[in-house]
Amino acid sequence: MTNDMSKIAHHVPENMLVAYAAGTLPYAFELVVAAHVSVCDECRAQLGAVECAGGAVLDETGAANLSDGLRNRILDDLDAPENAPAAMPAPTGEDPYPAPVFQAMGERAPRWRSVGLGVKQAILHADTTGSVRLLKIPQGQAMPDHSHGGLELTLVLQGSFHDETGQFNTGDLEIADDTLEHTPVAGNECPCICLAATDAPLVFKGLMPRLAQRFFRI
Amino acid sequence: MLTFDTYSPAPAPPPIGLPPALLKGRHDITLPPPSLSEQTRWMLAVRDHRDKAAFAQLFDYYAPRLKGVLMRGGANPARAEDVVQDVMLTLWRKAHMFDPERAQVSAWVYRIARNRNVDLARKAARAVPQELAPEPDAEPDAAQSLALEQEAAQLRAALSRLKPDQKALIEQAYLGELTHSEITAQTGLPLGTVKSRIRLGLERLRHELKGLRQP
Repeated sequence: MTNDMSKIAHHVPENMLVAYAAGTLPYAFELVVAAHVSVCDECRAQLGAVECAGGAVLDETGAANLSDGLRNRILDDLDAPENAPAAMPAPTGEDPYPAPVFQAMGERAPRWRSVGLGVKQAILHADTTGSVRLLKIPQGQAMPDHSHGGLELTLVLQGSFHDETGQFNTGDLEIADDTLEHTPVAGNECPCICLAATDAPLVFKGLMPRLAQRFFRI
Repeated sequence: MLTFDTYSPAPAPPPIGLPPALLKGRHDITLPPPSLSEQTRWMLAVRDHRDKAAFAQLFDYYAPRLKGVLMRGGANPARAEDVVQDVMLTLWRKAHMFDPERAQVSAWVYRIARNRNVDLARKAARAVPQELAPEPDAEPDAAQSLALEQEAAQLRAALSRLKPDQKALIEQAYLGELTHSEITAQTGLPLGTVKSRIRLGLERLRHELKGLRQP
């Protein structure tokens, strides 16, 4: 990552890091957390601390008896060649996409689709637990007003945006719940690319955006 | 094994204050073990020497615990043992990735087990953070490993001092029995207590990570 990530001001809240570590976040949120941790040293260290606590819980939790033979079977397996092909090299990202996002993109350039007003999106994943997509907003352009049926996580991958709640620069994570009706406006320096995840469909205010929403799944 | 023989070839004067009984046959007295935990020493032996006996020790420590955690999470015994097998073989095969300066063995096992479990539970592969580029020619920093272990020991002590209901909540949160909104809703959840114990280690870790940023 070549972006200057030293000024990240909006981080993953602790409850969400714990849920990420424990594996209980829906995939859409999991991807956003993994992407933020990829570029944020502070949250990487926090996640390390959370996993340290997870390790302590593992140490303390009651053991179960193993079935006969498991131990010997595994010890005998140590010299066996791996069934799986040789481990893939650690995935690397491609600016502005950190490795987990790049993987979710199928390791190729995003397939942008116009959703009007110059805004483009590329859906990375959508299922019953939520959806996650890339959004590209032209310089200075506003996103349509929208509120949320659930929780929305927006990670800035390139450029910046601001809305009623504050300024979000590259690497910052905005968390909006159903009480927030906001109008994000992209900064003037370059098109703003965000990774946005929801655990429910967004709700737009106007009729046209609502129709567009149904059509474009935004 | 280090003994006084290898430690100090010349006859050493008896240590002051040591009871005479302990001085008998002092050439066989082993030095106090280094303060790294057993688990870390086993893991390093596996990493650096492919030591199968050390791996067997790791197996005996972690495999029953992992099975217990997985069954508590609802896995049947066969499925739980499948995951145990995957996790233990990963410890062996990915041992070169173990870095005691950045993660304690139990934290590493916890992470591997959770990743494996999530991978099995759904089709989309678990999203994991981009790995940091390794620091070129970094000398092992034993002080950092030790500091991390001490923090972890303090964390365990802090956990053991929690009231039973608080401890139960922590276990539920970390073993994946609460959603993130349930974690938020649990006002009695002493996440802060847990966090404050590792703050020092965190600061060190963060300092170190800054030097590891990819160009």
